[in-house]
Amino acid sequence: MSAADPLVEVRDLEMHFPLTRGVIFQRQYGAVRAVDGISFSVARGETFGIVGESGCGKSTTGRLIMRLLEPTAGQLFFEGEEITHHGRRQLSTLRRDAQMVFQDPYSSLNPRKTVGSIIAEPFIIHREARDAEERRKEVRELMDRVGLNPEHYNRYPHQFSGGQRQRIGVARAIALKPKLLVADEPVSALDVSIQAQIINLLQDLQSELGLTLIFIAHDLSVVRHMCDRIAVMYLGKIAELAESERCFAQPRHPYTGALLASVPVPDPALAAAGRRPVLKGDVPSPSAPPPGCRFHTRCPKAQSLCAQEEPPLRELPGGSFAACHFPLDD
Amino acid sequence: MIRYILRRLLWVVFLLFAVSFITFVIFYLLPSADPAALRAGRQPNPALVASIRHQLGLDQPWYVQYGRYMKNLIFHFDFGFSYQNGVPVRQLIFSRLPASISLAAGAAFLWLVVGIGVGIIAAVRPRTKLDRASMGLALVGISAPVYWLGLVALYLFSSDIGLIPILPGANSYVPLSDDPVAWFTSLIMPWCVLAVSFAAFYSRLLRGNLTEVLSEDYIRTARAKGLSERRVVFRHGLRSAITPIVTIFGLDLGILLGGAILTETVFNIPGIGRLSYSSIVRSDLPVIQGTVLLGAFFIVFANLFVDIFYAFLDPRVRYE
Amino acid sequence: MSALLAVQDLKVSFDTEDGVVHAVEGISYEVKPGNTLGIVGESGSGKTVGTLTIMGLTRAANTQISGKAIFDGEDLLSASEQQMRAIRGDEIAMIFQDPLSSLHPFFTIGSQLVEAIQVHNKVSKAAARTRSAELLTMVGLSDARDRLNRYPHEFSGGMRQRVMIAMALANEPRLLIADEPTTALDVTVQAQILELIADLQAQTGTAMIIITHDLGVVAEVADEIAVMYAGRIVEQASATELFANPQHPYTQGLLASIPRLDRDRTAGLDPIAGRPPSLIAPPSGCAFHPRCPRAFDRCSADLPPLERAAAGSEHLVACLLSPEERSVK
Repeated sequence: MSAADPLVEVRDLEMHFPLTRGVIFQRQYGAVRAVDGISFSVARGETFGIVGESGCGKSTTGRLIMRLLEPTAGQLFFEGEEITHHGRRQLSTLRRDAQMVFQDPYSSLNPRKTVGSIIAEPFIIHREARDAEERRKEVRELMDRVGLNPEHYNRYPHQFSGGQRQRIGVARAIALKPKLLVADEPVSALDVSIQAQIINLLQDLQSELGLTLIFIAHDLSVVRHMCDRIAVMYLGKIAELAESERCFAQPRHPYTGALLASVPVPDPALAAAGRRPVLKGDVPSPSAPPPGCRFHTRCPKAQSLCAQEEPPLRELPGGSFAACHFPLDD
Repeated sequence: MIRYILRRLLWVVFLLFAVSFITFVIFYLLPSADPAALRAGRQPNPALVASIRHQLGLDQPWYVQYGRYMKNLIFHFDFGFSYQNGVPVRQLIFSRLPASISLAAGAAFLWLVVGIGVGIIAAVRPRTKLDRASMGLALVGISAPVYWLGLVALYLFSSDIGLIPILPGANSYVPLSDDPVAWFTSLIMPWCVLAVSFAAFYSRLLRGNLTEVLSEDYIRTARAKGLSERRVVFRHGLRSAITPIVTIFGLDLGILLGGAILTETVFNIPGIGRLSYSSIVRSDLPVIQGTVLLGAFFIVFANLFVDIFYAFLDPRVRYE
Repeated sequence: MSALLAVQDLKVSFDTEDGVVHAVEGISYEVKPGNTLGIVGESGSGKTVGTLTIMGLTRAANTQISGKAIFDGEDLLSASEQQMRAIRGDEIAMIFQDPLSSLHPFFTIGSQLVEAIQVHNKVSKAAARTRSAELLTMVGLSDARDRLNRYPHEFSGGMRQRVMIAMALANEPRLLIADEPTTALDVTVQAQILELIADLQAQTGTAMIIITHDLGVVAEVADEIAVMYAGRIVEQASATELFANPQHPYTQGLLASIPRLDRDRTAGLDPIAGRPPSLIAPPSGCAFHPRCPRAFDRCSADLPPLERAAAGSEHLVACLLSPEERSVK
């Protein structure tokens, strides 16, 4: 599962958001178990994908890795150092070495700041680039590198298109040459013809800067294209963890199989070839996950054991890891 | 839903206790002069002061005093005694209450009808002359001070001094029970004057809300179903847009019930507002205290009703 | 078989403070009874505005509409508002992208369904409620009677979209317009909804126009596809023909730029350069020319007409390149 010297390591990580009720005093009667015990590690230079549907906990995981949230249980390691309960001051190096790109290019940029000052902010906060002149130079270089016109230094976000705004977000994220970039659904809000531009940009920057990239998305085709290894999440847990190629060619967990079968492929011949098997029902609530294997309520292969015992994530022949009592074998 | 109401009720009780406590602190403990002397009015004689001190139990610790005050208030509905008027405060207040309620209720009805009506018209005909004219007038209405409007109204329409003497002037208020017709005509000008600024504000507010609501997706769905435009605007649009208005209305009405000082003064209506003004001027502390508590009571309860009503309107709020 | 809906040279533009927005610039297409037309395009292509205009939902003081939309022998664009209201929700129904914001949050879904039925049918409320429960069962929601008393926010995204579908099909319309019906849904739910729509269509014989940016979705459900760019149709063909033999550089570009599960994952993506054009000041000549890898001098001057790709073919394309040049992959 892990390389010898992983950049990021996550052990039994949990994030439970409390649900309270009460007339005068709020009592906790339950919790939304957004992330409920996940473990994985990301090697340096790797592109690691986290994929899943809404409510699976992938965005929460991204925020936990960035320590924008403090985990309620489990451990988090960055470059070998445990950062699980670090305070603000201790996190300052993490803030320089790990950066995030967000989903919505329309709300993740401050509309009152010029593009130049948005990208310059990391330099100011971390006290790099001593004077304004040097900062401006750095910012122009960054803009050029992400494919923006450096002359537009003084423009405001609303004067740019969605794709360009996302480039601004990327420029801001790589300003201090971080080691880790967490991209949370970076292309979902963009037009199809622009998505490929941003995907290519991220890949180019990754090889140029030697970045480690954690890519969170719901679009399986994009994740498969971009990532070396993938974790498929369902209701706060990892269902399958495998190399990208193998994960999609030979899925071991029934959920992965169902996800793949659900994606419509742009080829009418394939579509007409046969009715795809379709998962029944809706995703259960993360505040009341089913007992045993969380997926058993919708799994076409579920048996009585699945409702009783939660399967651990274990290695299967071939190298994939799946949390299933009766994994698919091909 | 029940839990929601219960939580709100408890909060109300807490608030009223807090207001009564703060009022108590202000009027019993903070004045730099001798409380007994203050309570005796402007020109006290020493014998009166001494007897008042004993009567009030000012030698007792403050929490005992507070306890006594609250006990009197809660169990005996006793607001204290106005030495300057020589009557219990309760009697003073309750004799003035009907006038304030008449004034507030009538004005509220008027401003709701006009404000909402104008707001709807402006929202469904955006950027037309009608819209611009009504919003411009509304701006004037919000800006004009109510006492100025009142004086202008009297100057124009009052039967004694007006240019077009068609309505009874100031001093003409009679209670409803005495003479309904006279009661009604005497209140027409005060109602209109008091309602103007609220109607103006509500019309602008509703126009803004309704315009926004009418661009929502569910309005598009309603039209796509083939509903008539009237049904779309009233049943679907207004229902959503009215909720912030309901909240503000509670606050406004609550404040007014505690006395519309300026309007009552201009038109010389014997309401709570005039009472609190005159008692402040004469430093009649028990009465001031009573009107403050009454005002707080109205505001707090008006807001409680509004909150509950809001939960009826918006089902998403109920499941907190 | 004559067309159920025939759109002829539809043009829609809006006067705004920044200038005139040319949203739709002369599109024509036909929908045959029982068939599905897919309209593919990105934001600003005019795909949504076109269908909203056919439904009469874009009539405002600042809007200019021209052209015809013949439905059942009648031109919808010159029909009165009253006539349109009789058609909307009854003959032609529409479902939208975001089912949470498309249902009124303050009313139960039962009352919203009953309203959809009663506006076009003189039936009692009880009868309408019974029919509503039937509709909910038809779209796969269990405990229909109980669910009628629930509010939209109590349902999940997939269930809400089922409610929208039930509402749209309540009066057995002959044409269903689905505007990005699965874009806001998870992929497994999307598959369920697409399957549901296909089943219902087969049962009721309803024709459909599905608007989407997702080439996978349209490959799965559409018989005919029209690709829109900057307010015009740039290519139109049957689904199999379009994917097998895309002719317009924009269509080719789209297909080359999306990662696909059925292709080699390491194959590079070939993005379309540039950005979608401004609708206030569109490029001269062919609107796609600034981004087209094969544009030549005539492209910035002449507007390419939408015409047959080859003699006798039903495949239409609006491009000045010769057929041989277009087919180069």
